[in-house]
Order: sequence, then C-alpha cells, then structure tokens
Amino acid sequence: MFAATELNKKNQRTEKLVRILFVMMAGLLILPVLIILTTLVYKGGGILSIDFLFTNPTNGMTEGGIFPALLGTIWLVVVALLISVPLGIAAAIYLSEYAPDNWGTRLINLAIINLAGVPSIVHALFGLGAFVIFFEFGTSILAASLTLAIMTLPVVIVATRESLQAVPHAFREACWNMGATRWQTIRRVVLPNAVSGILTGVILEVSRSAGETAPIMFTGAVFFSPFLPQGVMDQTMAMSLHLFVVSTQVPNVPENLPYGVALVLIGMVLIMNSISIAFRMHLRGKKKW
Amino acid sequence: MNITTKERPAELAICAHQLNLWYGTFQALFEVDLNIKKGMITSLIGPSGCGKSTFLRSINRINERLGYVRISGRVEVFDQEIYAPEVELIQLRKQVGMVFQRPNPLPTSIRENVLFGHKLHNSKSGSRAEQDEIVESALRQVLLWDKVKDRLHHKATKLSLEEQQKLCIARLLPVKPGVLLMDEPCSALDPKGTEAVEELIWELRGKYSILIVTHNMAQARRASEECIFMLMGKVVEHTLTSQMFVTPARQETADYIEGRYG
Repeated sequence: MFAATELNKKNQRTEKLVRILFVMMAGLLILPVLIILTTLVYKGGGILSIDFLFTNPTNGMTEGGIFPALLGTIWLVVVALLISVPLGIAAAIYLSEYAPDNWGTRLINLAIINLAGVPSIVHALFGLGAFVIFFEFGTSILAASLTLAIMTLPVVIVATRESLQAVPHAFREACWNMGATRWQTIRRVVLPNAVSGILTGVILEVSRSAGETAPIMFTGAVFFSPFLPQGVMDQTMAMSLHLFVVSTQVPNVPENLPYGVALVLIGMVLIMNSISIAFRMHLRGKKKW
Repeated sequence: MNITTKERPAELAICAHQLNLWYGTFQALFEVDLNIKKGMITSLIGPSGCGKSTFLRSINRINERLGYVRISGRVEVFDQEIYAPEVELIQLRKQVGMVFQRPNPLPTSIRENVLFGHKLHNSKSGSRAEQDEIVESALRQVLLWDKVKDRLHHKATKLSLEEQQKLCIARLLPVKPGVLLMDEPCSALDPKGTEAVEELIWELRGKYSILIVTHNMAQARRASEECIFMLMGKVVEHTLTSQMFVTPARQETADYIEGRYG
C-alpha cells in the first residue's frame, strides 16, 4: 500500500538531480573569488613589504612603493564618510520613522533606487560639472569625496533604514505609550539597537568607495603627485587609479607591481568587510529579543 | 440595565459619553457610554472584534498613531476631556499607562526599564539615591523587588515572561499614573504567571484605576470588581462582576458567559 510507484521514483530521481545542480551552481560562486585571490597572491605577493606600503613610487612609477596612493585613498574614503554618513543616517531615520506613506515618500524612495543604479562614470561627470566646475572646488579631495559620497549614499540609506526597521515595533509602542516623543524613542531605543546594521552599511560604503576609479578620476585623483595631500582642497593619488595607471599607462612596469597594488587594494577591502562581519556578529550575540 | 449611570458617583476615573470610533469607513465603536470608577478594577470582556481593545486604546489616544481613526463623542479621564485641543498627549500618556498582551520590556537593564519613563518626563533625572528609591519603590509595588534586587543591571529581556510583565507594570509607576490600561495582560503567560500577575493587579487596586481587557472570562471573574460586556462595538452590560456572572441582565451576556458563542 505504501510502496513507491514508478511516478514516485521518477520524482525522487528528479529531486536528487535538481538538488545536485543547485549545489553546484552555488559552489561555483567560490571559484572566481579563489582564482582572483590566488592569482594576486601568486603574482603580486612577492613585492609586498613594509617599504612597498610606505615609500613613494620612483623611476617613472616603475619602482618604489605606493604610499601616496594608499594615503590618498584613506583621505578620500574618510572625507566621503564624513559627508555621506550623517546625511544618509538622517535620511534613513526620516524614511523609517517619520515619513507618511504618500507620493512624496515614494518619490524619495524612487530617487534612492535610481541613485543606486546610476553608473559610476555618470557620477564622475556629475561630480566634475557640479563640484569641480560649478562650486569651484577644483580637482580636489573635497570634490572627489563629495562625488563618492553621493554615489554611496544609497548604500548607507538602505542599510540604515533596514536596520531601523529590524528593531521590533513593540519597543516603539512601549515608548510611545509612556509618553515618549518620536525623537526620544529613536534616540533612546531605536538607534542604539540598530547600530550594528548601520555600521555594516558604513563599512560596505568604505569598501565600495575605496575601490571606485571612475568617480575620482575627473574630480580629484591624479596620475602622479610627488606631494602628499595636506588638506581637502589638494589633489591626491589613489589606489584604484594608481592600479589603472601602472597597468595600462606606464611603460616598462615590472609585472608584479600592478598585482601588488591590486593585492593591497583588495586586502584593504577584505579586511574592512571582515571587520564588518565580525562586528555584526559580536553585536548580534549581545542583543537578545 | 446600566447600574452605574443611575446615579453619577462622585469619583470617576474614565467617563465615555456617546463615543463613536471609525477606522477609515469601518465603525468600531457605537455610542459607547461608560463610567469607570476610580480605584477599581474593571474588566472588559467580549468576543474578538467587539471593540474592547479599541476602546482601551482610545483612552490614551494611542489609536491616533494609525492616522485614519476618526472619533465623535467625549472621553474624560478624571473629569478632563482628553480629546480637547489643549490636551498634551505626553501628559495624557503619563497619567494613563498601558500594559500590553506581550510583555515588551526595552532591551536594556531592569533598572533602566523602571527609570525610562521617569527620565522621559523629568529634565533632571535626579541623584543616584533618588533613582535607587524610585526603582525600589516601583519594583516593590509589583512584588518583584525581592526577586531582582541583586540583578538590577541584568537585561530585562532575560527575565521570565511573568517577571517581564510585572516589570512592564513597574515602569509605568514612577511617573505616577492614575489609570492603568491592560490589554490581555496575562494571555502570553502560563497559569502560574497568570496567577501571579492577577494577584499583583488585585494588589494595585485602590491605588490605581485599572481597566483590563480580557478574553478569559474566568479571569474577569477572579480579578475584577466591575465587568463590562461588549458586543459588536456596543456596550451590552456594565455591572458588578459578581452579579454579571450570576445573574446577567441581558440574554446576549448570558449566552456569551455560558460559551454559546465567542
């Protein structure tokens, strides 16, 4: 009575097959990451040293280190963060905690989605037109960071909004019923419990803006500069552009140099992401509801 | 039918007069007239959707958060019209505390939970000693002090559900409310927890005017002095609890308490 029929057996076989197929597809995802990392380490690992990180490039950028580019990228990222984090968090708080469900809110949400979809080269041209030329910041860290900030704003907003929404509604109700205003509720209860998610968004932004090339190319990053940037109005070298330059623009670069630059850049991003993951796990372990 | 309206008693906690309430186009309350006495425990019973929670939520005006709620008629708390334009919601909610079905302590320490309302409503939060006193007094009132006095800095969310619910009551007390609204306060608790919280509610009688919405008729019978039966957004009967469960005046009430529907 309970024996398998032919149809049952056929279905079971299909089930197994489909399962194997999906596992393989998912497993394939690891492959590119592995190949990239091993290639970079294999070809560029040899050049890495403290000197490589902390000296200037020499001899027409075919020798020496990458210090100005490394420092420049840190400048660009930090300034971009200073701009986009307050802006993004404020916008997300409004959207999550205050905004009524009407066409205005929907318009803002649509703008965020579209902003996330704009290609980075278009952001670059916008930055050039708006910050470099119209606001007369010139090609500078400020103009480049503003461009990066606008480009990464959707990341911060979406991550923050999602982590705010993840705070259980019951906490808000409890506060409102005790006579708390919306802002008191946000400041005392919602934000402290959303910090881990917000930080994850911020770190994602860091890794994205560290790697972007196009938006900074026209707005603040230079091919080569013998000087380190002293302030936000200076131009600077940057890791991503430096990688582009040594890979394609400079003759007679030893093969391991671009790989070394790429390795440092990807290393920065991976370290950032790992910190983000570790931090998130730490905070998640602490909170219980 | 309604014994409390025959003579207006001197002291009323809540008085609703011809209260109608709509969610959008759906009318949830129909001409509700209720006089709820000060210092008493009044329970509100009736089948799901009868409007008992809606009525409860219109007393601290938390309904308005929804945005599409419309009201006509009057509600007074301690003889003050609460829908008057000059009413400050924050003051109303300080006076009228609410306890929910699921205990909802904030994800901080026990101590911070108790002090939360106090800190909200006072620009200076007071010295350490004053705060200690507030915490102790509130926790003593809810019969929780002896159990938690050594772990005030533990997370409130780690307490048992019964203790959490008591804590949720305790954190209302430092701002000295007059009315406590409880929306099925025991329905997430096991029988032991239910008993303990009912005992506590009984203990608070006299000091606070308590209005409990409950699904559990046995609970209404055990833990309240007066009882209101609502059906389809209307008040059917409001009388002494002891009387309602023995000699209900209306057929609908009798049918409901005997379990013929609901």
